[in-house]
Amino acid sequence: MDLTFSEQETSFRDELRDWLAENPPVPRPVEGGEDAQLAWRRDWQRRLYEGGWAAPHWPVEYGGRGATPTESAIYFEEIGRARVPMAANILGLLLGGPTLMAWGTPEQKERYLEPILSAEEIWCQGFSEPDAGSDLASLKTRAVKRGEEWVVSGQKVWTSAAQHAKWCMLVARTDVDAEKHKGLTYFLMDMEQDAVQVRPLRQITGEAEFNELFIEEATIPDANVVGGAGNGWKVALTTLMNERAGLGFALQIRLRQLLDDLIAIAAERGLMADPLHADSLAELHVRCESIRLLAWKGLTDVERYGQPGPEGSLVKWLWSETNQRLTQLAVDIVGPEAMTGGTSWSYELLRARGNTIEGGTTEVLKNIVAERVLGLPRLKAAA
Amino acid sequence: MDFGLTDDQRDIKRTARELLGERSRPERVRELAETGRTDEALWRELSDLGWPGIAVAEEHGGLGLGCLELTILCEELGRALAAVPFLPTTMAAGLIELAGSPRQRERWLPGFARGELTGALAAAEDGGAELVIGGADADVIVLVYEDRTARALTPAECELVPIASIDPTRSAARVSASLDAGEELADDVAGGVDRALVAISSELVGVCDRALELTLAYVKERRQFGVPVGSFQAVSHRCAQMLLDTEKARANTAFAAWAADADPERLAEAAAMAKAAASDAGREVTASAIQAHGGIGFTWEADVHWLYKRAQLDAALLGSAPRQRARVATILTERAARLAVPQLQ
Repeated sequence: MDLTFSEQETSFRDELRDWLAENPPVPRPVEGGEDAQLAWRRDWQRRLYEGGWAAPHWPVEYGGRGATPTESAIYFEEIGRARVPMAANILGLLLGGPTLMAWGTPEQKERYLEPILSAEEIWCQGFSEPDAGSDLASLKTRAVKRGEEWVVSGQKVWTSAAQHAKWCMLVARTDVDAEKHKGLTYFLMDMEQDAVQVRPLRQITGEAEFNELFIEEATIPDANVVGGAGNGWKVALTTLMNERAGLGFALQIRLRQLLDDLIAIAAERGLMADPLHADSLAELHVRCESIRLLAWKGLTDVERYGQPGPEGSLVKWLWSETNQRLTQLAVDIVGPEAMTGGTSWSYELLRARGNTIEGGTTEVLKNIVAERVLGLPRLKAAA
Repeated sequence: MDFGLTDDQRDIKRTARELLGERSRPERVRELAETGRTDEALWRELSDLGWPGIAVAEEHGGLGLGCLELTILCEELGRALAAVPFLPTTMAAGLIELAGSPRQRERWLPGFARGELTGALAAAEDGGAELVIGGADADVIVLVYEDRTARALTPAECELVPIASIDPTRSAARVSASLDAGEELADDVAGGVDRALVAISSELVGVCDRALELTLAYVKERRQFGVPVGSFQAVSHRCAQMLLDTEKARANTAFAAWAADADPERLAEAAAMAKAAASDAGREVTASAIQAHGGIGFTWEADVHWLYKRAQLDAALLGSAPRQRARVATILTERAARLAVPQLQ
């Protein structure tokens, strides 16, 4: 056991810190609405790309740095710590790119990877449907082959970045007679066609981070099938596995910063002398450090055994509940400001409710832990 | 950054698991617990193998290994609920090693390292401690006061009344002594206490691990409504929570043990966090084990209650979770005053 960084890891971190210090993002635009925000994030990713820092976890041949899992974790920690904007094409960088590297044809890699990295083309993820959430494989969006193209109809939901996206990672049913996991195919769908309508989905924070997609006979060339027809479930799993890999470290640092802010406010107001507040904040500190330790422990398993241990699900579960506890406690410590619309504390409070639902509900994570880690028998669900 | 054990550490763990699996079977622990005896044969065997001296410096007759190696043994002994005074003896030895004078170290450590002397360590106030684990058989009792002063006493230097704690796998005693009895241990008492907290935490991790193991075996086997009860989410999600609590305690304990060996400046915070996480986990996980066993779990005949009882004593030992969080809060307040951001590296 050695919980320090190696010389190579330290120099990786220092190089990144220096670069971030020399290349601060321009301030967040206050006017111009959503388009201005996107332009700002796009510009930031462009600069990361030019500096060679858009996706260090990608292999060198595709424009990354071939960073080790530990270096990749350091990258997301530092990106979180620097409080820089989120890269505009985060879904392409974390999910789309790695999925194509694993399953894409040489032509697909050649065509799509570079524009993902530079944020020239934004990606979104069309998996969930109104009736297929946790039970993803029961999705109903249909794709039928006509000549050299596929014709797609259906509805998707919770699609972040759809309003800006050029490409959608779409999973659709291509064989209605096959078993539910086997009749699926993974496509890259061009979002710039009239057959795809994007409707923003207003969430409890009041903003529209997600969208609904209404797809009415959209067309996809056969060359845009990823991993072969009927293989969609396996390809989708690659995407889902990447979902929790890198972002966890950035989220964990975000939680740390929020907790530090809250402790500072509590200390300033003399509330650390209140044993109940002190106990709650200390408990949050223990949880927050546990998340970081478990995330690092998970990396050791990946580096030693080539696969993640149970920590991935545990980390997401613990993170989401801790963020909810923290933002709820903030209402007591910060006071009315945390209940006033438009403040960052009120935003964090409301946004945190999504944490235990998005990217796998806590209930599903517990099922995964129970079945795959603890080996408990699966509950027999209705077919 | 590497969270894994070295090959040597894995060997220690495997050897301990095998030996205790053989010597400290549930029937054996039960027999000893029901007759209120410690396992003298096992203690002699472990002493011959050098276990009590694993973290004692070589110059004092120990193996000179670190806190990490010590916690591996504590965890395995906790898993097996071994009826030996290992934890109290190594806690006392650790404190004397850090806080004792050269003469005091020379006087006691070689005996501890060989297992010829047994020890006990407890928090005391007004010259007494109500519940000293291992105290009834101890040759040396270390009392630690709230102001982080400590004294080492022999049984002749205090009044010692054996008591029957709820955990009969280890002896216990009420100890009272005048404030100037025995010898003062004047050096790094705080460091010794923190190492003791890490040792207790690792024993709790072992207890949790075993409680989960027994529970999983039971809920996979026990059938109601025609299916194993472990297939019900009310049960399986409880088991998942047991794993999360255990892993949280394990990660914090590993970090604290590493800090004790490699980065002592961070030990105080890490030890308090580990003991807080492990104390909560110990209580919750063993309580869940009883619940998931249903009616059987409440019977004397099932083994889970021994784990619950061990966890109760360990969780309270040297300060329960709220006490540890109060320490953490003090550290956080001081840090907030310096406006420094805590970082893993």
